[in-house]
Amino acid sequence: MKFIQKMIGSVKPHFEEGGKLSKFWVVFDSLETFTFTPGHVTHSGSHIRDGIDLKRTMFTVIVALLPALLFGMWNIGDQHFQYFPAELAPTLIDKVLIGAQKVIPLIMVSYGVGLGIEFTFAGLRNHAINEGFLVSGMLIPLIMPVDVPLWMVAVAVAFAVIIGKEVFGGTGMNIINVALTARAFLFFAYPKQMSGEIWVHNPDGNTGATALGKLAETVGQDIDSDIVSGVVQKFYYGSEFDIVNSLIGTIPGSIGETSAIAILIGAVILISTGIGSWRIMSSFLVGGLVMGLIFNLLGLNAYMLLNPLHQIVLGGFMFGMVFMATDPVTATSTNTGKFIYGFLGGFFSIMIRVFNPAYPEGVMMAILFMNVMAPLIDHYVIQANINRRLKRLKTT
Amino acid sequence: MSQNIKIRKGVDIRLVGTPGDTISAAKRSKTYAIQPPNFEGLTPKLIVKEGDTVKAGASLFFEKKNPSIRYASPVSGKVAAILRGEKRRIMSVIVEADATDSYIDYGSLDISKSSREEVLNKILEGGMFPFFGQRPFGVVASPEDFPRSIHVSGFDSSPLAAHNSVALDGRMKDFQNGINALAKLAGEGGVHLGVKAGDSTYDKIEGCTKTTFSGPHPAGNVGVQIHHTLPVNKGEVVWTIGYQDVANLGAFLSSGKYVPSRTVSVAGSECSAPAHLNTLVGAEIASLVEVPSEASNGDAVRIISGSPLTGDKVEAEGHLGSYHTAVALLPEGNEPRFIISKGWLSLGLDRFSISKSYLSWMMPKSKSWTLDTNMGGEERAFVVTGEYEKVFPFDIYPVHLLKSILVNDIDSMEKLGIYEVAPEDFALCEYGCTSKIPVQQIVREGLDTLRTELG
Repeated sequence: MKFIQKMIGSVKPHFEEGGKLSKFWVVFDSLETFTFTPGHVTHSGSHIRDGIDLKRTMFTVIVALLPALLFGMWNIGDQHFQYFPAELAPTLIDKVLIGAQKVIPLIMVSYGVGLGIEFTFAGLRNHAINEGFLVSGMLIPLIMPVDVPLWMVAVAVAFAVIIGKEVFGGTGMNIINVALTARAFLFFAYPKQMSGEIWVHNPDGNTGATALGKLAETVGQDIDSDIVSGVVQKFYYGSEFDIVNSLIGTIPGSIGETSAIAILIGAVILISTGIGSWRIMSSFLVGGLVMGLIFNLLGLNAYMLLNPLHQIVLGGFMFGMVFMATDPVTATSTNTGKFIYGFLGGFFSIMIRVFNPAYPEGVMMAILFMNVMAPLIDHYVIQANINRRLKRLKTT
Repeated sequence: MSQNIKIRKGVDIRLVGTPGDTISAAKRSKTYAIQPPNFEGLTPKLIVKEGDTVKAGASLFFEKKNPSIRYASPVSGKVAAILRGEKRRIMSVIVEADATDSYIDYGSLDISKSSREEVLNKILEGGMFPFFGQRPFGVVASPEDFPRSIHVSGFDSSPLAAHNSVALDGRMKDFQNGINALAKLAGEGGVHLGVKAGDSTYDKIEGCTKTTFSGPHPAGNVGVQIHHTLPVNKGEVVWTIGYQDVANLGAFLSSGKYVPSRTVSVAGSECSAPAHLNTLVGAEIASLVEVPSEASNGDAVRIISGSPLTGDKVEAEGHLGSYHTAVALLPEGNEPRFIISKGWLSLGLDRFSISKSYLSWMMPKSKSWTLDTNMGGEERAFVVTGEYEKVFPFDIYPVHLLKSILVNDIDSMEKLGIYEVAPEDFALCEYGCTSKIPVQQIVREGLDTLRTELG
């Protein structure tokens, strides 16, 4: 590592003020600080500082995403081979390789486009590169359908990073979640591709449909009709979308969202390190369950009658709860506010999903909506604090 | 009946090199310095010039806006130098000390028979007044104010701090005398003393309201104690004074001699013999501790006058700050560090952190840490939320207050509770900040803005 340090030191002058490559200082600086924590020392205030920085924070989130990513890769292969004769007997490696073939290009495109834009903006504005996109860039592929064309991902990432983040001033300033902006962009710009049946990668033109897609078909149908009972059967124990398969994640869906267990491992990592907010996650969960129960009581259609526990392990609910709603920049910033924000997020996720089957992915809409509402929630929480102080003034 | 308050938010940063419970006299320093930048809000007007001889207790300079606030020389001797910084701002008035001090006799005062005016005038005359701070703004108090109350924190909870039981050993009579004087200034029932849970030092002290505090740092910060007993409202003024200065005040009023005694904790991982030393305000650092030329890990050595969380960076030829009761020696940490062995990708068993993202949180709670002054990352925008709240035991939203200061929104600053805080209360927020934001500096700027704005 002394060698690396020396190498960096030897090329550094070219990037400094007056050097040939000074335009690329931002790029150099970010790469340097990525390999060596710089020797910057404190000057005043607190002389000692915590070891945590934004790089560590973002890295921890990436680690928490790994179970979902790895499972996602395997599941792509697993779903794919279901359309082949069983005699083929694909091994674990075969499945993961198929998955890797699909996922790695997605990740490369996401990071390539996103970081390219980040570096350009940082260069133009002459500020250091924030680490925020390290997580966004990993989240975006994980909420894509497996067969989404790469150019669509590129366009979505560009839109999300520029319109979702950079126009507001970069990491820490954005109002809505960057990864969800990318997903929402695709959803509205290419609805056919996103809500179509492209959730399973296979070469033969066979298509898979997600559980939520199937459930959406039941809305507006007579509860005793054949369509409804056909769909409902798929959710019975031992069938394709039963609660066990939904929990483990061996069902079609976006790459990283299917396995509740893999996501919950991530949740454990985030909560135990204190990086992800347990307040948001727990209240989000409660919100979803409460809405599910209310629907159970109403019981107007087959979708509403789904067991709330089953409801929340389907679709992107878990993924949104653990990785999207907890984005500290776009969530509420007060601890009390986090409970309200999380609860309403979970509540609306299930509500939108059931009430408006045109948007089978209610979580995305709910979180984006709550992102916009977050400052309002904070405003009222802080106003309560201000009022407490004013009241104290009056009573003394 | 004393009230018992448990502080839940905060953290004790255990550093290597804490002093034991013994105390010895420091060798007499060649020079002593009073440094105007130590006193927030001060605009000094010099009384002495270089070459003048002064007695101990003689005024060196006074506050331009209020000439009755005088700043006295801790020793007798010759004014050796007056150091100036940018815009000819006076940075330090250095007095070369005589071998033994000769004092100005201000005459003793029987507090119980004196009026508030007499006590206050004596304090002003003898140069004891600058040891009073005030909230709001965290500046030197103003003698024109009649404070709602005076608050004394009986202990220091910051890392490497001096122990109050050691510092006040044998001085309880002076301390009681000081409390009596404070009671004159604040009126009957106006003096509040914060005592650490389980500490018997102050058991016999009377004439003040005692409140017991338990829990981690910043439980010993006077701002935290005020907030949890009698929070400062808009329009109110409270005074604060350190426990050592209460004893000095008591001694001054009974003897008539200005002796600004300081028991200093000389400590830190690079200090070969951590100890409590008895000296005077403004002593030269070199008289207190021999600074090693390099730290045990080969880095340079950082000398801090005051707590590692709030103090000032000084050189060995520099002087102890007027309010400071600690000198800490820590490694600088100015060498770049490879990310996997020591940086953001490491397991971090040796990186103490408030967050649990490094494995150091699995180490036993009693473990002491060697921390250096590396920033541990680069400055970023506010991203992570909720982390300040973990170490900020106020019913105040710290990040929102900081943001209101950054956008200079005076109305919001007031509403969000800026009157109750001083920069030191945010020291742990600054320590644990993921985005490495200079929190204390921002708070200081906010307080200064508000003070000039309100006139």
